[in-house]
Amino acid sequence: MVASLENSRVLAGGQSLMPMLNLRLGSFDHLIDLGHVPELSGIERVSGAYKIGAMVRQRQIEQFEGFKKDIPLLYQAIRYVGHQQTRNRGTLGGSICHLDPSAELPLVALTMDASLEVASVRGKRQIEFKNFFSSLLSSVLQPDEILTRIHMPLSHERDRCVFLEFSRRPADFSICAVAVVLRADAQQKIENLKIGIGGLGPSAVRLYELEQKIIGCPWSSDFIEDIQSHIKTLPGEGDLDNTAAYRNELAQVLVKRALMQALQMNKESKDGQAQN
Amino acid sequence: MAKHKIDLMVNNQPYSKTVDSALNLVDFLRNELGLKGSHIGCEHGVCGACTVLVDQKTVRGCLMLAVQANGSKVQTIESVANQDGTLSLIQLKLKEHHGLQCGFCTPGVVMTIKELIAESQGRHLSEEEVRTALSGNLCRCTGYQGMVDAAMDLINGGLEVSGTV
Repeated sequence: MVASLENSRVLAGGQSLMPMLNLRLGSFDHLIDLGHVPELSGIERVSGAYKIGAMVRQRQIEQFEGFKKDIPLLYQAIRYVGHQQTRNRGTLGGSICHLDPSAELPLVALTMDASLEVASVRGKRQIEFKNFFSSLLSSVLQPDEILTRIHMPLSHERDRCVFLEFSRRPADFSICAVAVVLRADAQQKIENLKIGIGGLGPSAVRLYELEQKIIGCPWSSDFIEDIQSHIKTLPGEGDLDNTAAYRNELAQVLVKRALMQALQMNKESKDGQAQN
Repeated sequence: MAKHKIDLMVNNQPYSKTVDSALNLVDFLRNELGLKGSHIGCEHGVCGACTVLVDQKTVRGCLMLAVQANGSKVQTIESVANQDGTLSLIQLKLKEHHGLQCGFCTPGVVMTIKELIAESQGRHLSEEEVRTALSGNLCRCTGYQGMVDAAMDLINGGLEVSGTV
């Protein structure tokens, strides 16, 4: 159907597409509602990852207790997505495909190195989320393809995950959001580090090079400065309310805050272990 | 435009209607069924005035198509008062705590509080949890304190809320 109908669009939870239609920002000859496709629902734990159906509602993710320990970043971030009344309808797959520059879930997918299972009548293929974005609000999905499942790797039990965002009021679109995953040993040597930032440009970004540079080194507060000066060089776009410089400044502050929190969590849990 | 036949329950009454594919749920409720209690505010999912319950979950009536409600149970503000026309406990508490003024947002607020009560399952909720839930309903009159107090009273006040809510 997706392949055969001209000017058609699949409708997931409708919490982004429906406003666009209501505001006449888009119009389609055919809407294909995925709401009743059972194959697109369900949360399944497999070795090392969760396979989450594209039509799993955001509210289901919010209420899925397993994510608290297994994918803390997702557990934290989902609470920032819209409101309870929109999370009841909004889906993980819909948000991933819509690729709103300020959206939380694409940022989580990027930071968690998620991969996507997509399907068409031609067959299935797997796309790493980092290769999914093509341009503003657009992905590399072909017109006849749909996203079916999101593979979200489990966090290591010693990963300290922090998701922070800044918006003027709770549940507004975020102006800037950051996601940090940090793992360090007892001597504060960094074993794993992932830093994702949303809100600067048309898509979320990862600081891959810096992450690799820092992994393996003992933690030093100099890293914060390195990261912040690197963020300064990142391209960004402003809008009427928030200039590119303001968003960039926010990113620097939030990344620092998230890293400090992650380190603190690491320290506290080490202290806890020492006491035991 | 394509037409679709839908069967659904609205406020415990079965309806069978033929609707345009582009018709929003809230327009359907107001214009096809004459249930004008659900209000239309922003029409893009921000204000919460059109909030109704679909299968016991709050949804934005403006962000769901009528055809998507096929086979569902929809509850609107018209179902909230007691059968004899007297106010239900949610409505009484909102009145008592001055949780409404102009009333435009109130139908959505009531539906959100209904979901909150059902989901709390007797568990005490913090003010923060109540405020977070109600943050999805914009109110320009009350400053929210009254409706937060009403919800806190309903959920944590030890009142018997089953049946009448």
